[in-house]
Amino acid sequence: MAEERRQKLCSVILPTESMKAIAESVGVGSLQEESCLALSEEVSYRIKEIAQDALKFMHHGKRRKLTTGDIDHALKLKNVEPLYGFQSQEFIPFRFASGGGRELHFYEEKEVDLSDIINTPLPRVPLDVSLKAHWLSIDGVQPAIPENPPPVPKEQQKTDSTEPLKAVKPGQEEEGSIQTKGQGASSAEVKGKEKMRMKPRSTHELSVEQQLYYKEITEACVGSCEAKRAEALQSIATDPGLYQMLPRFSTFISEGVRVNVVQNNLALLIYLMRMVKALMDNPTLYLEKYLHELIPAVVTCIVSKQLCLRPDVDNHWALRDFAARLMAQSCKTFSTTTNNIQSRITKTFTKALLDDKTQWTTRYGCIAGLAELGHDVIKTLIIPRLSVEGARIKAVMDGPVVSNIDKIGADHVQSLLLKHCACVVAKTRPLPDMVDQYKADYGYLGTMLCSHVVKARAQAAFQAQTVNRTTLTITQPRPTLSMSQSGLSASSGSRTPNIIKVPSSLTLMSTRPGTPTQPSPPATKYIVMATSAGAASTQQVRVLNEFVSLYLSRLPRHLYHFRACLTSDRR
Amino acid sequence: VRHDTYYAAHVMTPLLSAPGEKMAAVQDAPMELDSEKETKPEILSDGTSNLSGNTASGTLSSPPLTAGGAPKQEDQQTLIAVLQFLRRNKLTESVDILRREACLEDQEDSQTLDGSGGGKGDGDGGDANSLLSRVSIASAAAPQSTLTPIPVKSEYDQPDVSVVLSAYSQQGDPSLYQVYYTGLKNFIESVLDCHRAELSQLFYPLFVHMYLELVYNNHETKAKAFFEKFSGDQECYYQDDLQILCGLTKKEHLKGNEALLDFRTSRFVLRISRDSYQLLKRHLQERHNNQIWNIIQEHLYIDIFDGMPRSKSQIDSMSGSFAGETRREVNKAKVFYGLLKEPEIEVPLDDEDDEAENEEGKPKKKKTKKDSMGSKSKKQDPNAPQQNRIPLPELKDSDKLDKIMYMKESTKRIRLGPENLPSICFYSFLNAYQGLTAVDFTDDSSLLAGGFADSTVRVWSATPKKLRKVKSAAELNLIDKESDDVLERIMDEKTASESKNLYGHSGPVYGVSFSPDRNYLLSSSEDGTVRLWSLQTFTCLVGYKGHNYPVWDTHFSPFGYYFVSGGHDRVARLWATDHYQPLRIFAGHLADVTCTRFHPNSNYVVTGSTDRTIRLWDVLNGNCVRFFTGHKGPIHSLAFSPNGKFLASGSTDGRVLLWDIGHGLMIGELKGHTDTIYALKFSRDGEILASGSMDNTVRLWDSMKAFDDMETDDFTAATGHIPLPDNSQELLLGMYHSKSTPVTHLHFTRRNLLLAAGAYNSQ
Repeated sequence: MAEERRQKLCSVILPTESMKAIAESVGVGSLQEESCLALSEEVSYRIKEIAQDALKFMHHGKRRKLTTGDIDHALKLKNVEPLYGFQSQEFIPFRFASGGGRELHFYEEKEVDLSDIINTPLPRVPLDVSLKAHWLSIDGVQPAIPENPPPVPKEQQKTDSTEPLKAVKPGQEEEGSIQTKGQGASSAEVKGKEKMRMKPRSTHELSVEQQLYYKEITEACVGSCEAKRAEALQSIATDPGLYQMLPRFSTFISEGVRVNVVQNNLALLIYLMRMVKALMDNPTLYLEKYLHELIPAVVTCIVSKQLCLRPDVDNHWALRDFAARLMAQSCKTFSTTTNNIQSRITKTFTKALLDDKTQWTTRYGCIAGLAELGHDVIKTLIIPRLSVEGARIKAVMDGPVVSNIDKIGADHVQSLLLKHCACVVAKTRPLPDMVDQYKADYGYLGTMLCSHVVKARAQAAFQAQTVNRTTLTITQPRPTLSMSQSGLSASSGSRTPNIIKVPSSLTLMSTRPGTPTQPSPPATKYIVMATSAGAASTQQVRVLNEFVSLYLSRLPRHLYHFRACLTSDRR
Repeated sequence: VRHDTYYAAHVMTPLLSAPGEKMAAVQDAPMELDSEKETKPEILSDGTSNLSGNTASGTLSSPPLTAGGAPKQEDQQTLIAVLQFLRRNKLTESVDILRREACLEDQEDSQTLDGSGGGKGDGDGGDANSLLSRVSIASAAAPQSTLTPIPVKSEYDQPDVSVVLSAYSQQGDPSLYQVYYTGLKNFIESVLDCHRAELSQLFYPLFVHMYLELVYNNHETKAKAFFEKFSGDQECYYQDDLQILCGLTKKEHLKGNEALLDFRTSRFVLRISRDSYQLLKRHLQERHNNQIWNIIQEHLYIDIFDGMPRSKSQIDSMSGSFAGETRREVNKAKVFYGLLKEPEIEVPLDDEDDEAENEEGKPKKKKTKKDSMGSKSKKQDPNAPQQNRIPLPELKDSDKLDKIMYMKESTKRIRLGPENLPSICFYSFLNAYQGLTAVDFTDDSSLLAGGFADSTVRVWSATPKKLRKVKSAAELNLIDKESDDVLERIMDEKTASESKNLYGHSGPVYGVSFSPDRNYLLSSSEDGTVRLWSLQTFTCLVGYKGHNYPVWDTHFSPFGYYFVSGGHDRVARLWATDHYQPLRIFAGHLADVTCTRFHPNSNYVVTGSTDRTIRLWDVLNGNCVRFFTGHKGPIHSLAFSPNGKFLASGSTDGRVLLWDIGHGLMIGELKGHTDTIYALKFSRDGEILASGSMDNTVRLWDSMKAFDDMETDDFTAATGHIPLPDNSQELLLGMYHSKSTPVTHLHFTRRNLLLAAGAYNSQ
């Protein structure tokens, strides 16, 4: 940095043109070149002097930003009248204007109509200064409360999980964290050593408060009181101190999904997905370590053959949509060249989609999951399948009534396909939109697609207009699940509380947070149920199994796997 | 304005050279000076009479402070006449002595005065001189008349500047400057490693002086080329100065620039071992490199010591200040750093306490405790100053009550240590859009004051007890003065509130300080005043004017009554609350005095400055008794250890330096902060040093270990430097991040709970 500063040290002098322009602005018409030069040197020197004095005021004002007030005070020191009427603003744009062969900088000041000011309602009175006390440290330990920064910053959680040996005591991290990652992981000896020294690190316990918190939060999340649930989710999404409870939450969710899919408890699945969402929203958590539990759970909620007791009535489609969005979000945030989440997910969805025996529900989930991944995915993977899917839908719609459920499924798949494909087609396909052409290209769905595309085009044109008129008001649809809640409350609200059975020992159980998926004895009851139920729904178990095996084998079961991947990928 | 100049000059003189009634200077004045002796008391009597009848409570027996302009001028005339007479008779020694004693600024004499600051010995003449010039500038430019100051100013500092700069008029061939400098550079790079680091110190002062010489003699382009070529070689901690320097390209600029004036007048001090010095001398003589030799002779002060040459890191730790290092002899003066004996208070309330203890069922313990306390206070610290060295206010009944409270609290104090870290309670100021600039807590932690950039001062109650004003005079008349709860009755219940605003300043408030008895609050501001507020009525009692420029900091004496302030006018002033003029002016810093603190025994005052030095001043005689260099940026925080032996200082460079006051040595360096340190505090027993910074952290350091590891005896003190271990990491006991709140102030409660304060920064 010193080097950079040295470059700038050599005296910078204001251009003589500025002198001329300023002279003109105060009415001195023609200024000699020499006087300009002399002036500019003098002015530059004085400005520097004043800036240096102004810095003193900044330091004493205990700020990092120089304000116009500091300059005023510095001028006052020199017995110069301060510049009145300038206020500190965050952003003072300088504009260019050229005229008469030279360029000018000016500061744009709009004329303000006084009556406007008088007529506008008064702004809110700013809050008065107040004093708030909190504990920064209690007997040398910083409590994890919202007033304090997250106890373990995300960066460090990452180094903890990827570089357990480099994890350092807080306060000495300056030296510790600089070291590069992935070094020395190759040789087997080193690995052995790490293993030896890692064990004591991975045993840690939750404090009594944390256990209580965990109990409260999980109960509220799956309980019947919606207000409480909202509060709990809010806490999960914002609290900075959840790092230590993360393995428990992750296990809670994956176990919960496993059990409730089998029991077809839609409401609880939704609650659990909302928990996943809240965890992902928390900026202080390093979730990468727990994806192997969370992703299978989410994917189950997307593609499972049956998610509710009455598939013809319950709106399980909304859950699939929501989970698909979650999946897309986690692909966006967590997918790297090392874990390849996105491509693996895409492969799985496509495989299920290509299978003829896939149920309508699973089919819907696959399409939703793919569609959420973006336009490119829709274009390459879904649109080419439109005619095949169309034929299949046609068979159900026009054919003999086999079951009402199939019909509903086909109907949903159809509208889903139309919804997602229309806007992509609208973007990629050149005009005009001929129904016959569409029919030829997309088969059974062509007619409807055509009308949807026309609509989409009209809407896009309308939006473009509005964008031009106003500045920029793009509203991004955010995944929420409030809508599904309304549909559900009637069907399942009454029987929620005691259906989900969390392994009671969960709070105390997982002594090794890195490997919580290893089945723990208390959970066996449910696992048995899961397998017995699995016979009935092979499809679901297949998908599930695939994911579990995928993630258990490939994702960091523990870190050297991950590290080995890292190093091999680097080479 | 002319009057001001003289006034200022005269304020300086006695303070620098005259301790008490009879000057120390008399001791070294030979007996032959009968004639001068007559003139001297005249000057003094004239001032002392003004303040002799001060107050009954016992102020400092003040040396003269105020001086009428006219009589002074006459004195000066006679003095000048005497001087001329002496000079005519070639009594040069007498001339020197007289001048030193009277501190005459001899205007006809164009050569710089050496040794006018008698109190500090011959070598410090530069300082005193710079003071004079600076004060004359400062007072001449006083902003009473905004229209005319510039011509007036130049008229008066002209002679000074020309004196100062005239040394530059002798010029060598400007084109050879680069050759000279390169020659020296090559030489220094070729010498043995052990000498190289020491001789490299020469680069910076030589570079600056050569550059200024070029500028002074109007070789503008050559100066620029010289600067561009060699500015990169300078140590990074001189960057700020180089930045100022690079703006100076014209002779005219030199005149108005005070910083440079100081650089010229105060000789840059280098500390070099004898061997290295011989090497340099031989080289320069062989090469007949007179240009450089002249600069060294005239503008540098080389403090030669016998012994091993210092290493690069040793040099780096001590250098960085505006005017080089400390001369060793400056820090030789004896400092009474011990604590004053605690007054013995026999307490009627003690019975009550005993009862309370009895109820709890541990009466035995109580007795032993009491004894230990008593014996401690009876033992006189050999390093402590005499109890009445400076007059201190007598204890009032309420003070005694407070002392009892203090003792009670201190028995409950938590013993801190590396294993036992304090809890930290953070007071965040929310919605402080206007900018929080200063914070202070009362000693008993019951009140908290904040100074803001919008000129307000606010006082909060940190306890549930609300703040109340005293009733108005009319209402007070109605009160039954005999009643037991009269103190309660005089308070106006209607005014009870959590906080109170104090309006009065007309510029940002940069310093606040509570009086130890919690009755007063001081605030210093950009508007050049220090204000004293009553915490009974919540009104302003006095505005102390004198600084004229922003007052950066103020601090109450631990015994009350006195306070110190320091500001942009480069002086620190000692005031007594009942005097509207300062009792002492501590002048010597080459740039703004940024922070001021009282020693726990109230006999000394420490000041930190933008010139990157720290000075310890004796309140009794105004002398600078310690001068510490080593910081690389302006100093923004200072703290004495509770036993008075050590000093900690923090600066914009993010480092905390520890100093041994008795030996005058740097004994530690605590690295870790990444931004300016605005707050430093020792725990009540001194085991832990807490530092708070702009980087939003509070760090705790093991000060016990830092001090114990040092072996500071008189032998090591003789060399003026000791090897510093680089053990910041070991000494760091804890680091606590706040979310987005820079730490402005730190305070240990009487039970060793750490309180921190700062304004939450929402960006």
